Amino acid sequence: MSDQHVHQVVIVGSGPAGYTAAIYAARAQLAPVLIEGAVTAGGALMNTTEVENYPGFAEGIQGPDLMTAMREQAERFGATILTQDATEVKLEGDIKEVTDDAGNVWRAKTVILAMGSGYRELGLPNEKRLSGHGVSWCATCDGFFFRGAHIAVIGGGDSAMEEATFLTRFAEKVTIVHRRDEFRASAIMAERALANPKIEVAWNSEVLDVIGDEKVSGLRLRNRVTGEESTLDVTGVFIAIGHDPRSELVKGQVDLDDEGYVLVSGRTTKTNIDGVFAAGDLVDHTYRQAITAAGSGCSAALDAERHLAEHA
Amino acid sequence: MSATKTVTDASFADDVLMSDKPVIVDFWAEWCGPCRMVAPILEELASEHDEIVVAKLNVDENPSIAAQYGITSIPTMNVFSGGKVVKQIIGAKPKAALMADLGDYLS
Repeated sequence: MSDQHVHQVVIVGSGPAGYTAAIYAARAQLAPVLIEGAVTAGGALMNTTEVENYPGFAEGIQGPDLMTAMREQAERFGATILTQDATEVKLEGDIKEVTDDAGNVWRAKTVILAMGSGYRELGLPNEKRLSGHGVSWCATCDGFFFRGAHIAVIGGGDSAMEEATFLTRFAEKVTIVHRRDEFRASAIMAERALANPKIEVAWNSEVLDVIGDEKVSGLRLRNRVTGEESTLDVTGVFIAIGHDPRSELVKGQVDLDDEGYVLVSGRTTKTNIDGVFAAGDLVDHTYRQAITAAGSGCSAALDAERHLAEHA
Repeated sequence: MSATKTVTDASFADDVLMSDKPVIVDFWAEWCGPCRMVAPILEELASEHDEIVVAKLNVDENPSIAAQYGITSIPTMNVFSGGKVVKQIIGAKPKAALMADLGDYLS
């Protein structure tokens, strides 16, 4: 199907950035179309548990519940939400086109990009082979299957701390494997993990390989200070080494930095293409929080609204 | 009415292993975000294809079968034919990718 109607704004991607952009655009009577993603709808927060630092929720809120609420809020003001992936975009010119995976072409005067980020892999051949057989990227999904087990969590940031702490509900022991001699996680998250009697840390440790035939039986580690190699006997490996922007869709059209983040102009959400805006983790390698993503989603909607007013 | 079939530890042998048609078993749980994402896709698949049975097994309530098949990640979708696992799909995927993976069992 090809929808001949030219919309005011199409938003690609969801999460706090996409949904907030949709809320603002809908309230501004722009009747936004939001292509939220087929299995990535709701974004990174869909794989988290308790979000404790989103303002306004004194007792905390579950990540998926926060996303469901934002989605409903956007729908309430008239956003059209499609649970599809965008497969192709044509962003140059006055009328932009976004194709979804059902083959529908959506035309719009402005596009807001909010595809977020995807988890990073270690890049080891056995990591992929054993994915789903002990190697996981989602503690909330898979921790359940490791009752009484010894688990490794790889990483040193907030998500590694969160996953390690969460996994102690099931595991006998959790070893955090980190490349450096200190965590980059926020103090509160790191302290909570380090104070947990079930959590140990393998500092200065680099993962050489994931061991196991049918399923994971251990990790091969190398100490980056002493060069010593060792084997850590674990049956579960949870990888939390960060995220990369999901900018493949717009590569070659929108200017990206060396790491693949979409470049925006100053404090705005404007990309190099007139009428195309970007928000959330797709843009941000500094803060990467739910609240900053929501904030930039709001900015993108306001920037789009201003652009439409100026080009009316 | 849901087009998918709910199976349990108790009904698994009859509903899945003895089935005349191939059965896709979706191992899932309430607390799994990606499972929620793939659920509507499986519903669609079930209503569009009656040559296969789309079954859902809640791993929280039915841990035995999940353990027996070595499930350590959800969603996992196992295709059973003649009582055996003939295909395993791990992780949520968009409909088109899922359909491609299941190509051999869909007409």
